[in-house]
Amino acid sequence: MLTQLVLRERHQALGARFAPFAGWEMPLQYEGIVGEHNAVREHAGVFDVSHLARAWVEGPEAAGLLRSVTTFDVTALPVGKAHYSLYCNEGGGIDDDIFIYHLPGERWLVIHNAANADADFERLRAVAGSAASEVTPETVMLAVQGPAAVGILSTVLGDGFAGLEQRDCAELDWGGTPVLVARTGYTGEDGGECIAGADRAGALWDAFVAAGAAPAGLGARDTLRLEAALPLHGNDIDATTHPYEAGLGFAVTLDDEAPFTGREALVEAKAQPRARRLAHLQAQERGVLRAGFAVHEPGGDEPVAHLTSGAFSPSLRLGIGMAYLPVRLAKPGVTLEVDVRGRALPVEVVRRPFYRKQRQA
Amino acid sequence: MTMDHETPDTLLYTPEHEWLRRDEEHPDEAVIGITDFAQDQVGDVVYLDLPAPGDQVTAGERCGEIESAKTVSDFYSPVGGEVVAANGELEERPELVNESPYDEGWIIRVRIADEAELEGLLDAAGYRAQLPEN
Repeated sequence: MLTQLVLRERHQALGARFAPFAGWEMPLQYEGIVGEHNAVREHAGVFDVSHLARAWVEGPEAAGLLRSVTTFDVTALPVGKAHYSLYCNEGGGIDDDIFIYHLPGERWLVIHNAANADADFERLRAVAGSAASEVTPETVMLAVQGPAAVGILSTVLGDGFAGLEQRDCAELDWGGTPVLVARTGYTGEDGGECIAGADRAGALWDAFVAAGAAPAGLGARDTLRLEAALPLHGNDIDATTHPYEAGLGFAVTLDDEAPFTGREALVEAKAQPRARRLAHLQAQERGVLRAGFAVHEPGGDEPVAHLTSGAFSPSLRLGIGMAYLPVRLAKPGVTLEVDVRGRALPVEVVRRPFYRKQRQA
Repeated sequence: MTMDHETPDTLLYTPEHEWLRRDEEHPDEAVIGITDFAQDQVGDVVYLDLPAPGDQVTAGERCGEIESAKTVSDFYSPVGGEVVAANGELEERPELVNESPYDEGWIIRVRIADEAELEGLLDAAGYRAQLPEN
């Protein structure tokens, strides 16, 4: 049984095609993935990302409790700031990648991936008990992304949003209802994400659309995040990959000496030479890369890796993908081949991201 | 879904959603593409892997691939014969398959080897009848 979005009827009325994703029935696309992708790169798109799980941890102990189960030192995160972090297992593998918002009044909001929502909340419950509460069903989460997104968010939500810097978060009053906002996202563009009560979801969605944000689905979200080289948990990172080989060392704090789940394994992993690294591959001829395709050295019989993600990049108009390559191959400029259903498609290792947002004039 | 899909009366169709048009100037040749319904189902076409002129294709056998942003689909020729041309314009503008499936988005042109194969194809009414109800 799939969970339905609060705004399902709105998506349907906009012509959405739905697809199951992590237990939710999600809009995959409206008009088309490429058009929605380009709308976000060129102007702005609005995504219903209410499948992402939202949990509060509150009280004077909250920061310390969160520190004990997450990799980034949240105790150093100022009020009004959000940061990317990880839940690791004892072996240092990534159980989930998360976002933590520090709100006034010793309140912390944690955003989990839908596929891991139950396990993640259990993890919080185990350390925080009743200080942890899940608010996914009674709220919605909308992301507005693109070069025009900050303008649109400011038009709709007022000056409270306009004053936010990158990764700032705040609780705003929107016509008498609280809306939690953060200048964050998952597309490689500027913009923000908002969490509001389910009763105000339709009005908020309509306001963003009226202000010029194009409805955009999960399909475009995937191509946008891949161009920005942002990993997707379950594809590019999982319980068997550690943060350093995934290029996520910035989300791990070790120098505060604070204990957290996985710390010992991560200290060891950091000290050792990497065996493999998450590398970024760009096709050199026409063809589309897809997750699971084998990567070979030119002429090699045995695959050296398999793609963890792959797509046609609408911005670059060629195939792009990621794979854990042996470090000797994970260097920009190295040429490899991807087996595209029997055809050897030449690819080059490139620096991340594949696509960098255009500077604002 | 609430969209109506075009199915021109002048074309022949396969249940796999290809269309075929006899060329007026070269009656032994057929222009082939995918239907409006098919392009809508596969979504934004981003790349096509097509047979080259001179290749032989067989009716109902896979002869190419159509890759969209979300999926890859096999392409079948409705008739057998020699490929006379593939639509080179699609290399730079694969989206023509979506925007103009029956005209600018044509895919290959084949010299028909066996006229009798055309009799096995559907007319527009027959094709429409087997489209899923919207």
